[in-house]
Amino acid sequence: MFPAAAKRDGVLPGFRLGLGYTLTYLTLLVLIPLAGMILFTGQMSWSDFWATASSERALASYRVTFGASLGAAAVNALFGLIVAWVLVRYPFPGKRFVDALVDLPFALPTAVAGITLATLYAQNGWIGQHLAKLGVQVAFTPLGIVVALIFVTLPFVVRTLQPVIEDIEAEVEEAAATLGATRWQTFTRVLLPGIFPAWLTGFTLAFSRAIGEFGSVIFIAGNMPLISEITPLLIISKLEQYDILGATALAVVMLVISFVMLLVINLLQWWAANRHTKSRDEDAPADAPGAIAIAGGRP
Amino acid sequence: MTTTRRATAEPRWVRLLLTAVALGFLFLFLVLPLIAVFWEAFAQGAQTYWEALQEGEARSAMLLTLTIAALVLPFNIAFGVAAAWAIAKFEFRGKSLLTTLIDLPFAVSPVVAGLIFIILFGAQGFFGPWLAAHDIRIIFALPGMILATLFVTFPFVARELIPLMQAQGRDEEEAAVSLGASGWQMFRRVTLPNIKWGLMYGVILANARAMGEFGAVSVVSGHIRGETNTLPLHVEILYNEYNQIGAFAAATVLAFLGLVTLVAKTIVEWRMRKETEMLTAELPPEKTELPPSVATERP
Repeated sequence: MFPAAAKRDGVLPGFRLGLGYTLTYLTLLVLIPLAGMILFTGQMSWSDFWATASSERALASYRVTFGASLGAAAVNALFGLIVAWVLVRYPFPGKRFVDALVDLPFALPTAVAGITLATLYAQNGWIGQHLAKLGVQVAFTPLGIVVALIFVTLPFVVRTLQPVIEDIEAEVEEAAATLGATRWQTFTRVLLPGIFPAWLTGFTLAFSRAIGEFGSVIFIAGNMPLISEITPLLIISKLEQYDILGATALAVVMLVISFVMLLVINLLQWWAANRHTKSRDEDAPADAPGAIAIAGGRP
Repeated sequence: MTTTRRATAEPRWVRLLLTAVALGFLFLFLVLPLIAVFWEAFAQGAQTYWEALQEGEARSAMLLTLTIAALVLPFNIAFGVAAAWAIAKFEFRGKSLLTTLIDLPFAVSPVVAGLIFIILFGAQGFFGPWLAAHDIRIIFALPGMILATLFVTFPFVARELIPLMQAQGRDEEEAAVSLGASGWQMFRRVTLPNIKWGLMYGVILANARAMGEFGAVSVVSGHIRGETNTLPLHVEILYNEYNQIGAFAAATVLAFLGLVTLVAKTIVEWRMRKETEMLTAELPPEKTELPPSVATERP
């Protein structure tokens, strides 16, 4: 209404207070402790640091952590896409209940998930006994880690895809159908490229959460060094042997990985958002009811 | 109309298949574990279940979990509101960096989140000797557990409020200020009513994490029975002692809290959607996505 007023920054109070408090709290609680940890490794020589971070046991733990995280994120990418698609597009009884249930892994403490999954997939568990007949052992193997991580990271892909699938405009699909595309062609060539950035974002979010996960994994992993020991657990076992420097070295490695993942996620989100605004701008010329203009203009 | 629908929808068998796959996946990974928690807890009847819950250590663990959540949430609220106010309502340099830094604790592994406070305040840490000389205990005591919980719940409230307050813009607050409202009046009468559901949503998520956190708290707690054992840590101890009933009895309390979280979250989401719908209904038609007239105007 008053564009001049909306542009000015100075009218509203509380900027200094809000920003000052934010920066102080962030510095004290997050930045100083994280910087302190990096400084702490200064007590080690570079070669000591490298020897700890690349010891056989550490390398094996990275392999287990990354492999299982990648597996879990991939499973969730596939099934998350199906779940999101079904939740947005198909009507079925109890849909709102199912939709709410998807967030269960965010609400259920990881330790509860851990002991429950370990019990379910144990040799005599509900699922484990059937898998045992097929000769598959899940609990206390790296496969168990994947199962725990699938549970913990399940909501990410679904929740990043849902709004994007909701936003797909009907015209796009109609145009493809009108031009003679089969449903599968429409999906792979028109819809999938549109939701791809969000899909990749969901996958990366799941992967990044899986790398750091601890509580749900340790109960089902079996925690055998070199075979089913994740990096966070190796950090804890070093701590329990009072090897704080060794634990810190591994933690710094994990922190660097976290930074990289955060950067990747930000880039992906920026990519997804920019594609989105770009198509929005094209779709909505001035104040015209955009959809009609496009529906009329495209064929 | 019917032909259009058929061209932009999957064949019936595909729809049924996808729905079955999605529901099957969710049943296997979400519903079954949820049932299993309660099943295992009641495996030897309600009597044994109740006795396990009445046990002194279980009760002190519950009390500690509630205490930590109650102490942590006010900090989260204050920080979340301050950060969102500064970021959403003002322009300043480094804003996107600050937003990224606020997300940082989500990217850090919980184990690393615990370790950073051991490095600062532990016996071998930076402030360890000084704290020991003054007989102040932070690690293996309540303050350390609170710090670790503050760290892992750091982003929740801010993350919900920033996009919400950005979408709401500055107009209402500016109107209030220009009509002579003081900063506090503006916040209480204009801002707070606008953000109350978003704030509630963030608090619900932060609370669930605070009560359920395992990794970070486990590192700093020292596992002193009856003293620094939260409910998730208590679950772990009982489970490792092969006290299946006790572990799952404590787990049902956490699972119940998780279910309450889901219900509260769904209600708040529903209220938020309703309010957004009311707001968009008042806006001029350019803002609405697809005017119904489009459908009727098509051949």
